[in-house]
Amino acid sequence: MTSPPSVRPGYWTVNLRYLAILLSIWFLVSFGCGILFADALNGFRLPGTGFKVGFWFAQQGSIYAFLVLIFVYVRLMNRLDREYGVEEE
Amino acid sequence: MNVQAWTFTLVAISFALYIGVAVWSRANTTRDFYVAGKGVPPLANGMATAADWMSAASFISMAGLIAFLGYDGSVYLMGWTGGYVLLALLLAPYLRKFGRYTVPDFVGDRYYSKTARVVAVVCAIFISFTYVAGQMRGVGIVFSRFLEVPIEWGVAIGMAIVFFYAVLGGMKGITYTQVAQYCVLIFAYMVPAIFLSILITGNAVPQLGLGGADLVSGEYLLDRLDGLHEQLGFAAYTDGSKSTLDVFAITAALMVGTAGLPHVIIRFYTVPRVRDARISAGWALLFIAILYTTAPAVAVFARTNLINTVSEQPYEAVPEWFTTWENTDLIAYEDHNGDGLIQFVGPDAVDGSGQAVQNELTIDRDIMVLANPEIAGLPAWVVGLVAAGGLAAALSTAAGLLLVVSSAISHDLLKGVFRPGISERGELVWARVSAAFAVVLAGYLGINPPGFVAQVVAFAFGLAAASFFPAIILGIFSRRMNREGAIAGMISGIAFTAAYIIYFNYVNPGANTPDNWFLGISPEGIGFVGMLINFAVSVTVSRFNPPPPEEVGRLVENIRVPKGSGPAHEVSA
Repeated sequence: MTSPPSVRPGYWTVNLRYLAILLSIWFLVSFGCGILFADALNGFRLPGTGFKVGFWFAQQGSIYAFLVLIFVYVRLMNRLDREYGVEEE
Repeated sequence: MNVQAWTFTLVAISFALYIGVAVWSRANTTRDFYVAGKGVPPLANGMATAADWMSAASFISMAGLIAFLGYDGSVYLMGWTGGYVLLALLLAPYLRKFGRYTVPDFVGDRYYSKTARVVAVVCAIFISFTYVAGQMRGVGIVFSRFLEVPIEWGVAIGMAIVFFYAVLGGMKGITYTQVAQYCVLIFAYMVPAIFLSILITGNAVPQLGLGGADLVSGEYLLDRLDGLHEQLGFAAYTDGSKSTLDVFAITAALMVGTAGLPHVIIRFYTVPRVRDARISAGWALLFIAILYTTAPAVAVFARTNLINTVSEQPYEAVPEWFTTWENTDLIAYEDHNGDGLIQFVGPDAVDGSGQAVQNELTIDRDIMVLANPEIAGLPAWVVGLVAAGGLAAALSTAAGLLLVVSSAISHDLLKGVFRPGISERGELVWARVSAAFAVVLAGYLGINPPGFVAQVVAFAFGLAAASFFPAIILGIFSRRMNREGAIAGMISGIAFTAAYIIYFNYVNPGANTPDNWFLGISPEGIGFVGMLINFAVSVTVSRFNPPPPEEVGRLVENIRVPKGSGPAHEVSA
């Protein structure tokens, strides 16, 4: 086993904070808007379309949000890696 | 050219393409065979992951399921995409840094235990075999319907193709074939979807057409479908009939199960760097989302078309596709009231005078995507294209799964447990032998399906959710988690989930109703509860046992930091 590279403290904490924020949004768009609040949101429509909001989140919106979340995570982590000097060659 | 000639031509061209790619990219070392030499560019890995993941179930069955389930079908859409967020954020980068070949590798090393490794191997093999039997079945159905060969021959041809490129090419051959298969399957899915969207809504983008207005009535398509459903006595399309808790549990089980499936996880071992593992999860989800956001549109188009084509129409005048599918027993019509018309109605249907109306039409949900182009009267080449796409989806997933079985046998069991001193050449020979053995067994299961393939897939997700996911997450995020906790957690999670599913599906199928379920959670969603049990048991048991040895602590520290993962710098335990 190679010894772990030495890292300034804080890298892991910031990583965990990013995860907490992004996973809260993940939960909110899918389990929240798509399931738990779907009935309430179905009282509204996306303007100019036939989509009820809850139904749209469950069958379209949550998937778009998942995509955005992953690409945001990639950007945040690549920046964090550079800040702490742990990026790969 | 007629449908059969087009199908034959397109299928033959696509097969020739896969074989060409496989010959060009065959494997020379175990590293090539298991993880494609860790040299796959992230974009290509994303595409290969998408093809690997999207099986015959996604391509052939999902839109049909949604067409019949309406809002309740959302569990598949969210469940099978949301898992990628978990993969990208919680698993992929760390497992890539860990840098070995298989999922049992990680479980065995992190929990310094051969028992843990063997438990993981058994789960990996079971999950992969249940899955692969379904794929082979899908291959057989496509062949028998479109090329009119017996199912057995269809499965045998599919086996021969997979045998050729999985055994010869290993992960490297599979990866580049999957890239080609993704292109074939997404093209085949989108062409009819775009045609239908233009026909029905005048909008070329199916995702927008779904929210648009119907060209004939000018009403919003979803409102019109809700109206038709009400008229025919079905539940409203945009409302569900499952309980909220059950929808929640099924979605969660599918998400977590996705993130715990070994053939998906293993794909993130194939890229050169940790940052590539993160971004390739994003590319994978992008390529998957193209199909997954189109599927609900296809479902609504198909449902509307179906109702318009058959409802209250004389049976004597049904279109040709209806008769063709009747011959395969996947559509059945029984004239209960003897009026010669087709009554396609839901459980709450009543006629003008308030009398209950009986449904006379049964349609297998699996045929919706395959029959869709014919129902809509699209050209023959589109029908052939859909057949080639269905085969691409089934074969790419089958190959990925077979590789997991092969590496579990040759790498995890043979090298990891029974013969640690085996040479590189010997291991590669064994990897090929076990891949060949797995192909033959999968083909046998495809021809003689155990009769419960559908429930068994739910089983695979439940097991993955209740076994691997907590063990891997705790292995990365908790330094304190030890051997005893992880093994106890995996075993209790699996035992609970398996017992629940087996009880309701095989021991006492009569009791399989929401009233008897634990908190109203169906066997499909019980993996979520199994996962919670696994987490709780792992944490509790680990507190009463000594912490893991120091080198495991260093392993955990190491995988949390990207630096030092380069291809020239392999981590050795």
